[in-house]
Amino acid sequence: MALRIAVCVKQVPDPETPASAFKVDESVNRIVPAPGIPPVVNGFDLHAVEAALRIKDAGDAEVIILAAGNDFVMDVMKKPLSMGADALVLAEDPIFEDIDAVGTVKVLAAMIEKTGPFDLILGGRQASDWDQAHVPLGLAEKLGLPSVTLARNVEPQDGVVRIERALTDGYQVVEAPIPAVVTVSNELGEARYPTLRGIMAASRKQPERLTLDELGLTANDLKPDLSLRRLFIPESESQVEIIEGEDEADAGRKLALRLRELNLI
Amino acid sequence: MAGILVIGEIQDGAISAVSGELLAAAGKLVAEGVSGGVSLAVMGDDLSAIMAVQAPGADRVIRMSDPALKDEGTGGYDAPVLAVAALNESISPDIILFAKTDFGAVAGPRVAFKLGVAVAQDCIDVALDSETGRVAVTRPVFGGNALGIYDFNGDGTQVVTIRPGVFDPVEGEGSGTIEDFDVSDAVSRVRAVLVETIVQDSEGVRLEDADVIISGGRGLGGPAPFEQLQELADLLGGAVGASRAACDAGWVDHSYQIGLTGKSVKPTVYLSVGISGASQHMAGLSGARNIVAINKDDNANIFKSARFGVIGDWEKVLPAFTATVRDLAG
Repeated sequence: MALRIAVCVKQVPDPETPASAFKVDESVNRIVPAPGIPPVVNGFDLHAVEAALRIKDAGDAEVIILAAGNDFVMDVMKKPLSMGADALVLAEDPIFEDIDAVGTVKVLAAMIEKTGPFDLILGGRQASDWDQAHVPLGLAEKLGLPSVTLARNVEPQDGVVRIERALTDGYQVVEAPIPAVVTVSNELGEARYPTLRGIMAASRKQPERLTLDELGLTANDLKPDLSLRRLFIPESESQVEIIEGEDEADAGRKLALRLRELNLI
Repeated sequence: MAGILVIGEIQDGAISAVSGELLAAAGKLVAEGVSGGVSLAVMGDDLSAIMAVQAPGADRVIRMSDPALKDEGTGGYDAPVLAVAALNESISPDIILFAKTDFGAVAGPRVAFKLGVAVAQDCIDVALDSETGRVAVTRPVFGGNALGIYDFNGDGTQVVTIRPGVFDPVEGEGSGTIEDFDVSDAVSRVRAVLVETIVQDSEGVRLEDADVIISGGRGLGGPAPFEQLQELADLLGGAVGASRAACDAGWVDHSYQIGLTGKSVKPTVYLSVGISGASQHMAGLSGARNIVAINKDDNANIFKSARFGVIGDWEKVLPAFTATVRDLAG
C-alpha cells in the first residue's frame, strides 16, 4: 500500500539576499522585500521534499506539499511539484503574517487533519527567516506523534521509520513508530533540480486551497502568545585593519608578521 | 505559579558549563524582580555525585534519575521531555530556561508545545518587563541579519532557550538545597528509540576546542585547497573548518561546518579563506576573538567583523602566509 507523505514547506525571503539589500521597516517590524529578488521555498524544506521523493523513488508513495502563508508566488510554491511531488495544498491569509509558531502549528495541524491521514510528516530543520526551528516539533506534540529531528536519511520500514539523525560528529540511528514527524537537514544531500517534464507537469497542476473557515479556525484562535515588539538591524562598526603589501604574496607575509607581533600565532 | 526552572545538562558526570550560563540568565531575571526562586533540574541515570555546591546561583537542585534518562534519553529526547513536563506539573514555574544545545533546541520546544505555551528559541538576552511582569527576549533572526525583541503575552509558562556562550557562568559554590524527583512513571511512555550512535572520528584538534582555526569557503573552488589549509593548521596546532557552502558542495565532510546550523567555535584566531561571511556563517563565530580574512572581494561581509584582512587572491596570499609562519617557527 502506498505511503502517504506530507511535507510542510514555507515561502521565505531569499536567504542569499546580499546584506546590503537586506532592509527592515522598523515602523511595522517587517522585512522590506529586496527589489528584484523573489522569495524562495525554504532551503531545508526542499531537503525534506527530496527525502520524500527518494522514498517515492524507492517504492510507492504519494507526496503532498502543505504550506500556510501570505502573498504566495505561485512559480516559487510550485517548485516541489516540479521536483516530482503529487499535490500542493495552500492556506493563504494575511493573518498568517503575524501569527506565532503556536498559531502556525494549529493551522498546519488542521490542514493535516483535512488532507490526511499521513504515514510521515516531514519538514525542514528550520526556516531561514525566523530561525525558530520548532514548528514540526509543535506539530508532533499537537498531533500526538513521535518526532525526530535533523534527519540525513529517512527510511520507512514495516510499521516504523528508521532515521539517521545528524550529529556534529557523526550520526545516530533512531527508530520511531509510524506515523511520525521528521525534520530534515542539509546533510541529506542536495535537493534535485526540477526536470523540464516536471516543470510542465507542475504548470498543469492547480493547488488545492483551504480557508481559515474550512480549517475550523478563527482569528481569535491564532492570537500570538509571543509577539514581536521590535525588529532592527544591529549596528556594526567595521574595525578591520587591512594589511597591504607590494603584491598579494607580500601582503600574506606581512599578515603573518603582524599576527606574530601581537602574539596571536 | 512561581519561580524559574532551569534545565541543566550533565557532561562527563558533572553539571555542564552551559548550565552555569543558564543560572546566570536566571540570576539576571531575579535581579530584575522575578520572585519564587531558581530551581536547577538535572537528568541522568545516576546522579548521586551531583551536589548543590556544584550549582552556584540555584536555590535548589532537583535530581531526576532514571535509566531512560541516560545520555539525555537520546533518540527523540522523549524521556527528558516527559520528565520535564512531569516536573513542571509538580512545581509550576513561571519561566523555564533551556540552553539551545542539540538537546535544548529540541526539548525546549517539545516541552512548550506539550504545555500548550509559546517558546522563544536561541535568545541572546532575557529581561523582565516591569510593567507587565512578563519576560521579553532578544533573538537573532534572518540568519543573524536582524535582531528581534519579543514579548510573552497572556499568562502561560514562558519557555526560553538561550544561545550558549552569551552569558558568563555563575562562579563560586552553590548553597541551595537538593532533592530527588521521581520520573519513573512519566518516562515509561517513550516512543522514538535510539538504535545506535556512529561517531565519525575527527583527527587532531576538535574544532570546538581549537585555539586556531583555518577555515575555507566557496571561494576555494574545490576540495584540493583544503590540503593547504590543513598544512597551515598543523603548523599552528589548529583545526580546519568550513562554511556550509563548502560542505554542501562535498569538498569536506559536514563535521567541518561552522555556523548557525553547524558548530559554534571560540578560537583566539579564526583565519577565513575565501569565505564571504554570510550572517549564517558568522552566527557560529560569536566566540571567536580575532577574525582574520583573506578574500578578493573588498565588499565581502567578512571584513565587517574581521580584525585583520588581506584583500587578494588566496592562491597568492596563503602560500606566502604559510611560508612565513614556517620561517617564524624556525
